[in-house]
Amino acid sequence: MLQLVFNKPARRASAPGASRVPPSALSELPEGAQGIIERLDLPEDVAHRLMALGFLPGVRVRAVRSAPGGDPRVYRIEGTEIALRCETAAQVKLRPPAADDPGE
Amino acid sequence: MNRTEECESCPLAGAPPRARVLAIVGPPNSGKSTLFNRLTGLSQKVANYPGVTVEQRTGKVRLGRDREVTLIDLPGIYSLVPCTEDERVAHDVLTGRMPGVPQPDAVIIVLDANVLSRHLMAAAPVLALGLPALVVLNMADELLSRGGQVDTAALSEHLGAPVALVSALRGEGFQAVYDFLEGRLHAGTPRLDRALLGDFPRCRRWAQHLGERAWQPPEPSLWSRRLDGVFLHPLAGPLIFLGVVVAVFQAMFAGARPLMEGLQALIHSSGGWVSALLPPGPLESLVSDGLCGGVGSVLVFLPQILLLFLFLGILEDSGYLARAALIADRTMARVGLQGKSFIPLISAYACAVPAVLATRTIENRRDRIATILIAPLMTCPARLPVYTLIIAAFLPERPLLGPLLGTRAAALLGLYALGLLAAIATARLLKSSILKSERTPFVLELPPYRRPTLRSLGLRLLDRTKIFLRRAGTVILGVTVLLWVLANLPVEDGRRPPIEHSYAGALGRAVEPLIRPLGFDWKIGVGLISSLAAREVIISTLGAIYGLEGDASLTGLQQAVRRDLTPAAALALLVFFAFAMQCISTIAVVRRETGGWKWPAIQFAYLGLLAYGGAFLAYRLAGLLL
Repeated sequence: MLQLVFNKPARRASAPGASRVPPSALSELPEGAQGIIERLDLPEDVAHRLMALGFLPGVRVRAVRSAPGGDPRVYRIEGTEIALRCETAAQVKLRPPAADDPGE
Repeated sequence: MNRTEECESCPLAGAPPRARVLAIVGPPNSGKSTLFNRLTGLSQKVANYPGVTVEQRTGKVRLGRDREVTLIDLPGIYSLVPCTEDERVAHDVLTGRMPGVPQPDAVIIVLDANVLSRHLMAAAPVLALGLPALVVLNMADELLSRGGQVDTAALSEHLGAPVALVSALRGEGFQAVYDFLEGRLHAGTPRLDRALLGDFPRCRRWAQHLGERAWQPPEPSLWSRRLDGVFLHPLAGPLIFLGVVVAVFQAMFAGARPLMEGLQALIHSSGGWVSALLPPGPLESLVSDGLCGGVGSVLVFLPQILLLFLFLGILEDSGYLARAALIADRTMARVGLQGKSFIPLISAYACAVPAVLATRTIENRRDRIATILIAPLMTCPARLPVYTLIIAAFLPERPLLGPLLGTRAAALLGLYALGLLAAIATARLLKSSILKSERTPFVLELPPYRRPTLRSLGLRLLDRTKIFLRRAGTVILGVTVLLWVLANLPVEDGRRPPIEHSYAGALGRAVEPLIRPLGFDWKIGVGLISSLAAREVIISTLGAIYGLEGDASLTGLQQAVRRDLTPAAALALLVFFAFAMQCISTIAVVRRETGGWKWPAIQFAYLGLLAYGGAFLAYRLAGLLL
């Protein structure tokens, strides 16, 4: 997709030896697309802060837009818009969007 | 509250009357402060930005027939895990561990009905405390107009607490709130599975489940998204941001002028009227030179300062300021800070004291200290009198960009930029040396755009006027009178001495060797010494000093400084004021917030060196060029 070109390139390519496609990160979600959160690979205090805001496994999130310059980006979760830097969003892993019914 | 007494279950019936204490708690930006203001009638800073209430406030609610309850407004929290200063305060108050604050008898949990599912998570730990609770779902008007719905009865049943749907802004749905305040509304103690609390994912599922049963989320408002499409547009966004800043400055300079001239004439004529009533002598001189020439010359700047606060208030209440933080984050990251530092720094344009308090929302202590240290470099309105005086005295007004931008507004803008650049450079230096730390995550909630209300803006301006007048009546008046005394002693042959021979003159001459390299004479020296208390005092001091020599009006002051300062020295004075930390209130609040004298001492010293060095450089360079 064209939008992907403008997003930060993934730090690592697909994990070697993994049988299934690794979950993509929130930071790679194209603008306008939705994803379902799988897990948060973040230090506990940061993870708790994001969880309190609604970033939890199973919850649906949409990439809405980016700040001028592309970073931070704005995500819509449960009716609220929240901005995260790409370095943080890269640690929020998404479920492959194939399983496309409401989480939990 | 005008119902007849029908509460047999009222726990206070028969008991000796004791003032009930209730706490208002809820996530940031849920409208707690608006509810608090609506109930108490007290003015409290209400802003459409997460994290504005940094100290808890207390107010009284009258419930007719001289009965009242005490309300505590707590800072906004996402959870009761003491992660930020705000959350620690809320936790300590609610559990009765805050010294000097009684443990609340009951708690009002304010949630934004538009994001109910998320906000319920913040309600869970508060409900689990077991205090009698009322859950207030705020912003009902917005929820309903955007097509959302909520089943309060179902929610109440699941939470085990009464639920009220209100609009704090419009004052709708308050009957249940008053009933609860009176202790008439009871639904037993909240029942909640305590196992939920430590387990965030479980708690979240609980909230989501509850939300699905009782809540229909509103459609995202189309115009809010459209506005973001413009304000956060890659090209238009930053341009609009710059345009807004320039417009504010031009309006402050051009728009405030007629008001200032009117106020000036009023003060001048009333001063003349009062001194005509008094017999000629020391008292008459104190009134006309000390008070009208000194304090009066500072009062004139009130319209300009109020205009600044009006614009800042509109930006904050409308929700635009959060977008500005988003635009700024990239730049802030480059100097090692984060977008969250941007809000305290923007507030510092209004005053460094609330800015230092607003840094409490920054979790990382080193980031917080760095933000505090650079906050006084942001141009606060106390500098405006000095800037305005010098610019008006030395720079002729000419249009630069047609009617949009004049030379004087451009010069003022340049001084603001100077402070900002110094702040950026300092932050970079601090963050790469003594305050180095891991980059902290930036998490910013973008509130929906809202129309600023006249009520909120009006209260804010009223607050500002009170603070300004109190300052003028205490610090500025005190220093002015002291200086007038110093300028009139020792008495020579029963008359006041020439200003050069007075104690004030001697003081100025004592520091003159130190400031001579900056191009300042002893009169400016007296002004600098007095402005250590507060920046704008230099105007009243100079007003008093020159007042002793004649006309103390605004144009008189301009002529006087033009006579005493070379253009290069005038520039040096501007640079000095851009950097120096001349504010007792800021020093006091930094000491309180950092818990000791170490950081305020470092701050005062480095800003002083920066001011002296900068002024020296400016004087030399301008001397070469001009």
